[in-house]
Amino acid sequence: MKALTELKKSIVVAVWFMFLTFPIMVIRVNTIEKIIEWRWRNMIFIGVGSFLFSFLWRYLLERKQKQQEVQKGTRSWGTLILEEPKIYRPLLAVFALFVLVFPFIFSTYQTNIMTTALMYVILGLGLNIVVGLAGLLDLGYVAFYAVGAYSYALINYHFGLGFWAVLPVGALLAAFFGILLGFPVLRLRGDYLAIVTLGFGEIIRLILENWNAFSFGPSGIAHIPRPGLLGLNLTLNESIVYMYYLIILFCLLTIFIINRLQDSRIGRAWIALREDEIACQAMGIDKTKTKLTAFALGATWAGMVGVIFAAKTTFVNPASFTFLESAMILSIVVLGGMGSIVGVFIAAMILILTPEYLRAFSNYRMLLFGAVMVLMMVFRPQGIVPNVRRTYKFRIPEKEVR
Amino acid sequence: MDYFLELLLGGLTRGSIYALIALGYTMVYGIIELINFAHGEIYMIGAFTALIVASVLTMSGMGGLSVLILASVVAVIYSAAYGFTVEKIAYKPLRQAPRLSPLISAIGMSIFLQNYVLIAQTSDFLPFPSLIPDLPFMEPYSHIIGPAELIIVLTTAAVTLILTVFIKFTKIGKAMRATAQDRNMAMLLGVNVNKVISSTFIIGSALAAIGGVLIASHIGRINFYIGFIAGIKAFTAAVLGGIGSIPGAVLGGLILGWTESFATGYVSSDYEDVFAFLLLVLILIFRPAGLLGRSPIQKV
Repeated sequence: MKALTELKKSIVVAVWFMFLTFPIMVIRVNTIEKIIEWRWRNMIFIGVGSFLFSFLWRYLLERKQKQQEVQKGTRSWGTLILEEPKIYRPLLAVFALFVLVFPFIFSTYQTNIMTTALMYVILGLGLNIVVGLAGLLDLGYVAFYAVGAYSYALINYHFGLGFWAVLPVGALLAAFFGILLGFPVLRLRGDYLAIVTLGFGEIIRLILENWNAFSFGPSGIAHIPRPGLLGLNLTLNESIVYMYYLIILFCLLTIFIINRLQDSRIGRAWIALREDEIACQAMGIDKTKTKLTAFALGATWAGMVGVIFAAKTTFVNPASFTFLESAMILSIVVLGGMGSIVGVFIAAMILILTPEYLRAFSNYRMLLFGAVMVLMMVFRPQGIVPNVRRTYKFRIPEKEVR
Repeated sequence: MDYFLELLLGGLTRGSIYALIALGYTMVYGIIELINFAHGEIYMIGAFTALIVASVLTMSGMGGLSVLILASVVAVIYSAAYGFTVEKIAYKPLRQAPRLSPLISAIGMSIFLQNYVLIAQTSDFLPFPSLIPDLPFMEPYSHIIGPAELIIVLTTAAVTLILTVFIKFTKIGKAMRATAQDRNMAMLLGVNVNKVISSTFIIGSALAAIGGVLIASHIGRINFYIGFIAGIKAFTAAVLGGIGSIPGAVLGGLILGWTESFATGYVSSDYEDVFAFLLLVLILIFRPAGLLGRSPIQKV
């Protein structure tokens, strides 16, 4: 009986999707040559596909519900690995070794992709301060990234300063912009904040695109020098490898600083602000200062990565800083598990590397990307590695219990 | 003077479209507090469906007003169906999840739908048939306002009026307002919340489809990407007017339309979108709840 109702449900789903996708999937009109193309085969695919998929969907939903009931007290294997030093230390060692020898095992192409992925790790960690810790939904994070990239490109173009000189300048400029955005939005909360930050991001991009005298418009700025290494002349391959190690260094630095920040006075203030603004103020935390530091510190990382980005690609134009980019970074933070450093790392790897290696299905990769985002949220909304709040455990020695 | 009038009416037309899409945003936000990023894509799918249906009908020999009506009806039905399905798949399982999860899910849905249309149809701009017929009595004013503009403005006005009456007086409209105020309480009082949320999505999507058909036949070409920027603008309009408020969405749409129209007319067309967003930022700084929105009282 149960099987029959399940079957019925799936048939309903299949028919519904065949109806739903009919005009878009089946008919294709060529309005210039006045030809209508009927692609009935697609309809069959959709029907069979959605029929099978609906079984899987219901099974997964059911499993998720059961897990929620069972798992009230127990921790998942993911957090278990992270908490047990005996397990995570050797894993970490192996991982570190792998990271170090990576450029020598794989081609420069792979190394280049990995550098990009690691850049997103840093971006994700930076946004994590704003969204994950302070709970301020920022949809315009890419603006600070753009500020960093353009500050290197422009300062280098006009004054000829090198990578290392501009890196702190870019970071400071981005932090300044972070405060600039932070001031007016202090009073806003939740989604109003989201839309204003989105608007801010778009304003920055549109200015870069249209103010030709300042930013050279949509054509961008080319021939940005790569970072130098003690005045050595590096070949292209060598500089890619150098870039890779540089980004690893930055990554470690970021992880270290953010880890320390989380447990610091200001980090705790952020978490308090995220949990309850009013209670947080009542405890004597300066809301203005806390929010502004979150924006400024988050922006600083984006600015730094922006400088690195400009140096890596040797070319910047406004098309690299669209809303999709902000959405991508935000997805990294949320998919990974808000506030969790390991989660951000894994999510960045998945989101950046999967599309790269799915190039064979280049038409379908963005489709899959969207679908994965939805599915991930539906079946695991807490993220890949949920952040565990630091708690104090009281262990009673076993002897006394007996 | 004529130039001013032209800009005024251009802004009115543009604003009407923003308002139509913003209504969907504002209704959904009012009920489940979610920025439905996929809403712009629903509008795009509405426009595509209308294009396909209209082309098929024209090629099989039909013409004139019947094509417009049939294409619009099919587009509205399909958009509503898409809105309904999107809610069931991407948002309903996430009712109890943290606030950000449905937002990410919405962004994912938006990317998915864009690429779905891109793959199934084409990435090029498709010419949209001009479905709106010429109105003879408009002839003397044609240098200021065309038939398309007139129809867009009139449709928006009619839709807003109907929607207001619907929300105010019908049973489901009352249930919607109750759910928006307090979902749990509404549930306790016997409101079928799932049904209410579904119907909100259906109505919002249908409105977006009307906007899609109208703007597509006005501008004359569409592609898979039109939903994104329209969606963001419409959301801006909704926030501008005070999200959750229906007259607010219309007011916000009109103000946004006029701002863009006058700014491009008198200042510079390059910065059209910058003006829209600057306006939004300024209004939110001075009236964080939007023009007609009430800021909720904070209880501790």
